[in-house]
Amino acid sequence: MEVVYITIGVSVIVAIFFLIIFIKAIKSGQYEDTYTPSVRMLFDDELVSDKNKEHN
Amino acid sequence: MSSNNCYHCGLDCGKNPVKFNDKCFCCNGCKTVYEILNANELGCYYDLEANPGTIPSEIKGKYAYLENEEIVSNLLEFNDGEIAVVEFYVPSIHCSSCIWVLENLSKLNHGVITSLVNFPKKTVRITYKIKATNLKEIVELMTSIAYEPYISLNDADAKKNKVSKTLIYQLVIAAFAFGNIMMLSFPEYFQLDGFWINKYKIVFRWLMFFMSIPVVFYSAKDYFISAYKGLRHKMLNIDVPVALGVSVLFIRSSTEVFLNIGAGFFDSLTGLIFFLLLGKFFQQKTYNFLSFERDYKSYFPIAVTKISNNKEEAIPVKNVCEGDRLLIRNEELIPVDGILINGEALIDYSFVTGESVPVVKKSGDKLFAGGKQTAGAIEIDVINTIEQSYLTQLWSNAVFNKTKEKNIKNITDTISKYFTIVILIIAFIAGIYWYFKNPNIAFNIVTAVLIIACPCALALSAPFAFGNMLRIFGYQKFYLKNTETIENMAKVDTLIFDKTGTITSNNTSKIKYEGIPLSSDELQLIKTVIRASNHPLSRALYKFIEEPCLTKKLDYFEEILGKGIKAKYKNNKVKLGAASFVGVSQKNINETVIYISINKELKGKFSFSNNYRKDTQKVFNELSKKYKLIILSGDNEGEKEFLSKMLPKETLFKFNQKPEDKLNFIKKLQQKGAHVLMLGDGLNDAGALAQSNVGIAISENINVFSPACDGILEANLFNKIPKFLTLASKTVTIIKISFIFSFLYNTIGMYFALTGQLTPVVAAILMPASSISIVIFVTILTNWISKKN
Repeated sequence: MEVVYITIGVSVIVAIFFLIIFIKAIKSGQYEDTYTPSVRMLFDDELVSDKNKEHN
Repeated sequence: MSSNNCYHCGLDCGKNPVKFNDKCFCCNGCKTVYEILNANELGCYYDLEANPGTIPSEIKGKYAYLENEEIVSNLLEFNDGEIAVVEFYVPSIHCSSCIWVLENLSKLNHGVITSLVNFPKKTVRITYKIKATNLKEIVELMTSIAYEPYISLNDADAKKNKVSKTLIYQLVIAAFAFGNIMMLSFPEYFQLDGFWINKYKIVFRWLMFFMSIPVVFYSAKDYFISAYKGLRHKMLNIDVPVALGVSVLFIRSSTEVFLNIGAGFFDSLTGLIFFLLLGKFFQQKTYNFLSFERDYKSYFPIAVTKISNNKEEAIPVKNVCEGDRLLIRNEELIPVDGILINGEALIDYSFVTGESVPVVKKSGDKLFAGGKQTAGAIEIDVINTIEQSYLTQLWSNAVFNKTKEKNIKNITDTISKYFTIVILIIAFIAGIYWYFKNPNIAFNIVTAVLIIACPCALALSAPFAFGNMLRIFGYQKFYLKNTETIENMAKVDTLIFDKTGTITSNNTSKIKYEGIPLSSDELQLIKTVIRASNHPLSRALYKFIEEPCLTKKLDYFEEILGKGIKAKYKNNKVKLGAASFVGVSQKNINETVIYISINKELKGKFSFSNNYRKDTQKVFNELSKKYKLIILSGDNEGEKEFLSKMLPKETLFKFNQKPEDKLNFIKKLQQKGAHVLMLGDGLNDAGALAQSNVGIAISENINVFSPACDGILEANLFNKIPKFLTLASKTVTIIKISFIFSFLYNTIGMYFALTGQLTPVVAAILMPASSISIVIFVTILTNWISKKN
């Protein structure tokens, strides 16, 4: 049953890893504006397809 | 889209549309925007929304001041000589294509590197190369495509502190530790004596101990600080028992781990802190699109044109000195007090007083800061610098420098005083009792009492009840700054209303003519006569009459204050004004009218309907049952008679109140023990709003500016004020009920503690169960009362 030490150790390390990632995400300001990126994402596609049309 | 609507902004193009590329435009501005966008391959702007744009406004040298380096450096957020970053507030951002075109600014101006829109805040952050372009070019470009940034004196101050994220970090860490510790403590709860648990429990316990350290010393640190501050001021606030509970929990649990005698209460400890922080977090609700902290600086321009040696030069408003000669263009705000030297001044003081009718000023008249020039350019001589101007002086009053919350003991703190004392007495007695009966477990009993007494449910009821009510108010378009405001609203016993703009609406009053029809010549004559009058009614009537003025001057003109005007033009003698002045008897004295008589013949009357807000009378009648009502107005007593008839008898009236007077009036009431709620709008109410216990700004459009306040109410919801006040006081009742419940939980827990049965399992069940049930209880009840009302 010594494997319990490893599993607990790994699970704690994974949990801390996610905690750090989450704190970094907050710090970067991802959660401050949750609306604009959703719109921006769609625009990039449109711009590309527009240019493609002109080249063709 | 119908063919006669503007391709850019969607407005009706009228009879003479501007044609370009087979498309109709309502004006050349819209056409220009289309041209710019099309030339830069941004044509698909128009595919995104049916009518995406707004009408561009004209520029005409408006942004010359952006060439002044001092101003530019104030506006920039970052500047390293190569690259600069600036953030603008752009009020006209309203749809997804706005985001798109603003984020493609780099195609329109190649000096721009990136531009990033924050839609909820309506801001755009622009990064540009200093060598390739400058701020003026960018702003002019944005203005020409109808995204004019709003630049005010406020932007010139150092960039303000960003929102603190500490609470989120604290909450995240507490949540992390709580979850993991709960997992680690489970095995011991369910299997007390197995071989397996005996082998591993030491690892589990030490892991729990290490995980709880950041929770106690980082996440919970604000409770210790606040408890310490409370004690130093000899106040037993709610954080005292919380801090006590947390430290006892931590010390006892750590002792158990170190001495290897038990698992401790780490899960209860972290759970407690997690729930408390969650409550704190829920209490915060920010409205991105609103600001409750505005002062005159948000209204005032950043720069002004100074004339020296016949040259025009843009200088920062802060550098304006006494004696400077300033040029104020049409639609510009006068930033300092001055004397009119040149030009025709028609000043709109609606920012300051809420009065929408502009006032005519003659050369040599004093002009006050805050007025907006509405008729061509004028020149003024400065007599006061910006800080010393009549209006802005108000902000040097101490009211604006202190925070309100500190003086107010909230409902939870009031009750926690007794709570803490009772708990300490119980713990003390229990300690003595068990010391004599069984000294071995006396320590355990005392710590158990202090642990179970930790007022988790008590501390959670107010944040969740107020937090939820704050959101409910928000859905109903009544925006509050913080949860304390709701608590203060429940305490209010005096309501003070500003008149203009608060109980009347700002739209110009409706005018009706009754009597013998007037010929066009007669109308022209009347308009000419009233042109010179400053009386608000004359100004309104002047706007109402569509005929042009006569070109020649009047032969005779005399205005008799409070009565009317006598004038002579060629052979026509005109008399207009009050009934007694014109020589008739007025039938209905509740009306505001101007009687017209030409050549001693009574022609008729213009009647002004008072445009009080819908249901004003009903609202006042309803409120008068519970509250003392006061009207505090900067206007003259002109409408006192009418108002005292319309409003309940008990209503008190105060007219001719200067901004300072309003503030002092409220201060006096408060010294007599009154809790005051003030409803106002203009900047002249700012002092009164700040001084009152609850200051609420009424706003026709919440997206435009309103003075610093505790809450912003949309004007068309004026009739809901009684409802909001009732909801606030009912919320407090709910909190009081939930206090009884949480005491009940504490009593149950106390039974376990005093009999020595408080095991970690019992604590682990009791604490979250009580907290969660209280949260559910207050949330359901607050939702229910808001639906019922």
